[in-house]
Amino acid sequence: MGYVAIKGGKASIEGAAAATDYLRASSGKQNQSLTLDAIEGQLRLLVSRVVSEGGLYHPKLAALAIKQFQGDTLEAAFALRAYRSTKPRLLETPPQNTVDMRVIRRISSAFKDIPGGQMLGPTYDYALRLLDLGLADENPEDFRAIARHFLADAPENELPDSFPKVLDALRTEGLLPPLKPVAGAPFDITRQPLIFPVPRAAALATMARAETGSLLAIAYSNMRGYGDVHPTIAELRVGYVPVMLPHPVTGEPMEAGEVLMTECEVVAMFEGDDQGGKPVFTLGYGACFGHNEVKAISMAVLDRALQKGMKDGAANPSEDPEFVLLHVDGVDSMGFASHYKMPHYVTFQSDMDRLRTTQAKAGIDTVRQKDTV
Amino acid sequence: MNNTYELPLDEAGYAFGFMDEYAKKEVRRAILKAICIPGYQTPYASREMPMGRGFGTGGLQLTLSLVGGNDTLKVIDQGSDDSVNAVNLRQFVQMTCPGVDVTEKTEDATLIQSRHRIPEKLLTEAQILVLQVPYPDALVVVEPSEARRKTMHGEADYSRLLVKLYEDIVKFDEITISHRYPTRIHGHYIIDPSPIPRWDVPKLHQSKALILLGAGREKKIYAVPPYTLAEPLAFEDVVFSVEDFRDAAGIRRTCSRCGTADSFLDEFSNEAGEKTYQCSDSAYCDEQLAHQTVHAQTTNTEVAA
Repeated sequence: MGYVAIKGGKASIEGAAAATDYLRASSGKQNQSLTLDAIEGQLRLLVSRVVSEGGLYHPKLAALAIKQFQGDTLEAAFALRAYRSTKPRLLETPPQNTVDMRVIRRISSAFKDIPGGQMLGPTYDYALRLLDLGLADENPEDFRAIARHFLADAPENELPDSFPKVLDALRTEGLLPPLKPVAGAPFDITRQPLIFPVPRAAALATMARAETGSLLAIAYSNMRGYGDVHPTIAELRVGYVPVMLPHPVTGEPMEAGEVLMTECEVVAMFEGDDQGGKPVFTLGYGACFGHNEVKAISMAVLDRALQKGMKDGAANPSEDPEFVLLHVDGVDSMGFASHYKMPHYVTFQSDMDRLRTTQAKAGIDTVRQKDTV
Repeated sequence: MNNTYELPLDEAGYAFGFMDEYAKKEVRRAILKAICIPGYQTPYASREMPMGRGFGTGGLQLTLSLVGGNDTLKVIDQGSDDSVNAVNLRQFVQMTCPGVDVTEKTEDATLIQSRHRIPEKLLTEAQILVLQVPYPDALVVVEPSEARRKTMHGEADYSRLLVKLYEDIVKFDEITISHRYPTRIHGHYIIDPSPIPRWDVPKLHQSKALILLGAGREKKIYAVPPYTLAEPLAFEDVVFSVEDFRDAAGIRRTCSRCGTADSFLDEFSNEAGEKTYQCSDSAYCDEQLAHQTVHAQTTNTEVAA
């Protein structure tokens, strides 16, 4: 008998890579390689999810990662993160103001009418989830005509570039706590480990690049009754935020580009302040790269839950910063779940040793194996 | 994003050691702190590596931050140089660290990255052993909250861990911890020595080589510096014991390949359902075989699968 341990690793790894790539290339009658443009445009919500969970705003590379990892969002986001590890951090951005967002959609569920008006924009919220069989075999002509017609039919634009924030109006009325200036540099989770207790900035940054499903699940536990945030969405907005950076020479802020973002601000039950002032509504904040509304809402709910937990102690898992923040990262959680597939021969051998010894001591008649040596 | 933007297709080349220099510097600082406070879990930011969290990214970051052009690297997983994960990690280091030599011989390596095993061959002062760590904190079995565990470590409050061991003895007449055996370093911090079997725990004690432990997902680095006390948790009347490789008759099992009786053994079942045993440490097994000349060479060629 030869050495039966885990030999031949190199050939196996190469074979696995070839088989995976074969599946990518072999399927379908058309056998067309997906273009990154098609992924970025037609699978835009998938790209949104990947840039958000990857924590790197690079839709082109996200599209590439989606292609390379065959649509697996966890893997694609992971690849962006690994790419990011090779890049130095060159500067810190000053706080960016989302009032300047070039909005494609903004709604409020708190008021019928809001300053600037409700703007439904691109959403499936009120779409009937009936399969559109017409898309199954879409004629390229018709496909191209869609965008052309939409733009031709659009009215001459009377929409402003940006909209006021709903929260500002509530704040003017004295229904919200006043804005407090935040001292010091923001907590950068890519450069500092989380050591609990952590500041809210660290919690927000962690959730902004968290895995959507993980955030949703924990937020949903709070919504259902393991918690009591009961949010009202003061404003949910989606659009392009200009990224302002200081000019390297003059220090003047200049626009370096723009990022698509989703932002959600929820208002929750009121509470008195610590100094015995008048009670005001409490707030929860969610924001992430890309168009990810469920994620932004979940994050806002959890931000509120965590703020409560940080103040009064956690009464539910969703209010416990350590529980939430250490379990929502997709790269961490998927990596660890996957690692169980690796060999654990040594530890299992050690487990068997303990069990057999314990069984022997308990007088259980263990099956004695025939030994070849 | 700008519609005319094109991907920089020539940008695929990575820097030596993959990570940017700031990241490596941070890891090295954490290593120094970890050596200064033996057994203390030093937090660090931990970068994402291009392999899964849980596949050795903590160990890999240590290796990439330490390795230089004059180093010789050995990578093992489950004791074997040729296991898929070891091959994967080694290839990655070779790809991103041109000039670094690799070896399978324990004695030739200056840097050894390992998962789940410490080589059987005694390490030297010239070597550094990097262990991959899934759970950096021995207290996690009794306390889930990291914040509370940190306080317990600071106060060297390990009473609940001792109670767990005691309860084991009451319930099973035996301490049931098989691997990841809690070990007290330099008389204070108790570490999780990574999922090495109990067989390897005594090798931590007064080790000539520096032993570094890296948990990438949990973002911790800790160390057992050379010539440091490493004492597995036990009681005066219930001593620590390693895996028992004796058969029913009380005879120590030997490796069916090299015949040695002093190594950690992997257990196999052949088609007839009979158990056989072989060295878990493949380099050690090869070395024992080489000592025996004659028929050893032929068996060796069966290795490749």
